Amino acid sequence: MTAVASPKTARTKTRSLRVIPGFGLSLGYTVFYLSIIVLIPLSTIFLKSAQIGLSGMWRIMSDPRVLAAFNLSFGSAFAAALTNVFAGVLIAWVLVRYRFPGVRLIDALIDLPFALPTSVAGISLAAVYANTGYLGRYLESGVIGLPALAGHHFALHFPPVKIAYTGHGVYIALLFIGLPFIVRTVQPVLEELGADVEEAAASLGASRWQTIVRVIFPMMLPALLTGFSLAFARGLGEYGSVIFISNNKPFEGEILPKLIIEKLEQFNYPGATTIGVLMLLASFALLLTVNVLQRWASRWQ
Amino acid sequence: MSIEVSHISKSFGGFQALNDINLKVESGELVALLGPSGCGKTTLLRIIAGLEAADEGSVVVEGKDATNQAARERGVGFVFQHYALFRHLSVLENVAFGLRVRPRSLRPSNAEIKTKALELLRLVQLEGLEKRSPSELSGGQRQRVALARALAVEPNVLLLDEPFGALDAQVRIELRRWLRRLHDDLHMTSVFVTHDQEEALELADRVVVMNKGQIEQIGTPQEVYERPASPFVYHFLGSVNLFHGRVHNGRATIGSLDIAAPDDLINTESKAVGFVRPHELEISRSPNGKATLQARVSHIHAVGATIRVELVDASTREFISAELTRSRYQELALVVGDQVYVTPSNIRVFAADLDFSI
Amino acid sequence: MSTVRPITASTTEPAWVRRLLIAAVLLLVMVMLILPLCAVFQQAFENGAAAYWAAIRDDDSVAAIKLTLLIAAIAVPLNLVFGVAAAWAITKFDFPLKNLLSTLIDLPFAVSPVISGLIFVLLFGRRGYFGPWLENHNIAIVFALPGMVLATVFVTFPFVARELIPVMQSLGRDEEQAAIVLGATGWQTFWRISLPNIRWGLLYAVILCNARAMGEFGAVSVVSGHVAGLNNTIPLQVELFYDDYNFSGAFALASVLAMLGVVTLILKKLIEWRTGIRADA
Repeated sequence: MTAVASPKTARTKTRSLRVIPGFGLSLGYTVFYLSIIVLIPLSTIFLKSAQIGLSGMWRIMSDPRVLAAFNLSFGSAFAAALTNVFAGVLIAWVLVRYRFPGVRLIDALIDLPFALPTSVAGISLAAVYANTGYLGRYLESGVIGLPALAGHHFALHFPPVKIAYTGHGVYIALLFIGLPFIVRTVQPVLEELGADVEEAAASLGASRWQTIVRVIFPMMLPALLTGFSLAFARGLGEYGSVIFISNNKPFEGEILPKLIIEKLEQFNYPGATTIGVLMLLASFALLLTVNVLQRWASRWQ
Repeated sequence: MSIEVSHISKSFGGFQALNDINLKVESGELVALLGPSGCGKTTLLRIIAGLEAADEGSVVVEGKDATNQAARERGVGFVFQHYALFRHLSVLENVAFGLRVRPRSLRPSNAEIKTKALELLRLVQLEGLEKRSPSELSGGQRQRVALARALAVEPNVLLLDEPFGALDAQVRIELRRWLRRLHDDLHMTSVFVTHDQEEALELADRVVVMNKGQIEQIGTPQEVYERPASPFVYHFLGSVNLFHGRVHNGRATIGSLDIAAPDDLINTESKAVGFVRPHELEISRSPNGKATLQARVSHIHAVGATIRVELVDASTREFISAELTRSRYQELALVVGDQVYVTPSNIRVFAADLDFSI
Repeated sequence: MSTVRPITASTTEPAWVRRLLIAAVLLLVMVMLILPLCAVFQQAFENGAAAYWAAIRDDDSVAAIKLTLLIAAIAVPLNLVFGVAAAWAITKFDFPLKNLLSTLIDLPFAVSPVISGLIFVLLFGRRGYFGPWLENHNIAIVFALPGMVLATVFVTFPFVARELIPVMQSLGRDEEQAAIVLGATGWQTFWRISLPNIRWGLLYAVILCNARAMGEFGAVSVVSGHVAGLNNTIPLQVELFYDDYNFSGAFALASVLAMLGVVTLILKKLIEWRTGIRADA
């Protein structure tokens, strides 16, 4: 045994040591920069709303024009996110599971709404859905002519619908903006799922449909809800792409962010602040939902 | 260079990783820190390297207090478990790194650095691979690059964290022998961490067996294997048979065995457990006059030089595992179902209130 | 012999279902993504290449392009330094409230662009907290360059940190520790080991951050004075042209931004491909 206890090494408290240097510098700078760029500016809106008070905010919110914008923003964002859940799952499934020419190009294109500046998205969507646009000309006429077959002309008739420069435009713009959120959250989950789980289900006697409903769907659900929340939150705050395709008329196509700008232009800071704070709180609630969902999703890992 | 670790304690949150560890590694020695995962062996190694700070205690390298020295000033070579090779640098540049980052006044010339690095690559038998990137090497080759890189700075001591942990069984044995030869050539004070008893017993001059943040035993491989100091060491090094009994009036009664109690239990009155290694059991067809147990042969593994025999104790119905040589086995002509007598040639008795868990 | 059923049948759909789903996706991508992209370029060149170049060379357009580049040149390096510092602190050390810090860094993602502008108006606007003081000292922040830079920095704040944190997390701390044990100083470790290891992630982050900085519309719109030739960025100038029914001008400038977006996408894919190769090697 060579366990030693030399007299000079009585119990001494050693200084705490961090092997990798730069802790104080990096953390200090991070907190400093975060404070001056994000936290302090963001806190002013809450400070301002505290000055307005609950009753003041209530008065501003109960203005019918604000309520209409509130309905349009939340309604369109919700509807677009919900539509995107179906479109996004379909696209993610096909991209992960099937091999066909152009699959990589389509995969790259999915990020287009992330990469394209919102104002460009706005004017291009307006161009597509205007009465002279690629789609607008058919949608507004209510007739789609089909190629001549055996000498007969066929046409598809439906009620004409106007999208550009109406409230419907808001929904179309948010559809475009939200699509990648669903695809990009569901895609990795599907990739990770691997064939073995499905093979296991199949070997236990499950039909393909049972496998999808009982195995794949439950595993995909947290990602689906996360994607939905992200798309919904993004849709609520979206400005650039919407204002070009909507007519921005009060009670028709005016979204909350547009209303904030209107109020600011009249130097109505309390009005702008009130709407802003409510939008922020909605976003934070959605962000919190996403965090909880992530924790829920990681319970399998 | 000797290493002296005194009264080292360390906890992570509420978990006591090390509790008052004292250890001296002599100059030129190759020491293994052996224990199950979570026993604190890697933490101890990292504290010696300066990669972790102890809550209490001191580390002295060659008589000089290194406790508050930063890792980069300690002059230790550290080989990481997963090698931690710089993935963007070539094999040569990995080995040369420690020399290149020296202050200008201490830095050798570029040509000298290159010569030195190539020399080290020859030493670890990787000549010709200096231009490869780490990702193009096998596990065993990466391990040797990591070693050459650690040796390049001419460290006082070499510390290796699970040096063979991530390798295939075959490569592991080869590299183990190679490392022993290298150590015999260089005679550098070295400490390595392992959870593999075979590795520790084969490679090290001395083995430090650790459990739950404490040192259970320090000794040569022979000492710790043949004279384990605690039930834990018995369990951890090789397989062992347990016989439950009592200590009473200076005698230990274990089943039908009655033997003198060990010195430390002479005045105790308690339950006791006897530890016997499988090869320390003799099997005979008739009682031989010594303390014996009666048992029935339940299974025979007759593959290899050593024959393993599973027996069932006639009185306790517990399983006993014995090992005998092929010639003895043939002499006895054992078949399953035989009634035999079992005699321990060596039994170590511990009080039963000790903690046996691993 | 009857036809052999492929053994993978249990984990995929019948061929006709696969084809139907693929067709549906192609249609969706066509209508939702490709048509709008084509519309930009078609509209931009509707009056011919000469009109296109005239619109781009318009004085106001040139001024907008210059201003956009200037703002990005300030905002991107600021957020780059921050992103590296934040990722370093978060991935190389353990400290209390780390998760909170990480969440706070993401905060600007949850804030509407319009609100990102609004907060700076509340701070520095004429009726804002510092408005009167700034007015007395003749300092213009809102409706001038500093405000536009601030809003852009705010909006693009998380990009670099967000990209780097997972990259550095997956790299671990071993290589830095190895460098330190070998005698390297902190800066040597950073420049020689950490930075080369994250170079692709860093490039990727800078590209994304830059694309967003140049394309930001809502936040900058709130704090800009909207004076053509003075404080209009490209997206704002697009809006101005569009509202003036100068569609060829609007789409010509928009096509510049669209190309920036497409180039960003291509670079992004190239880096993913490149780093994918390296990870496999």
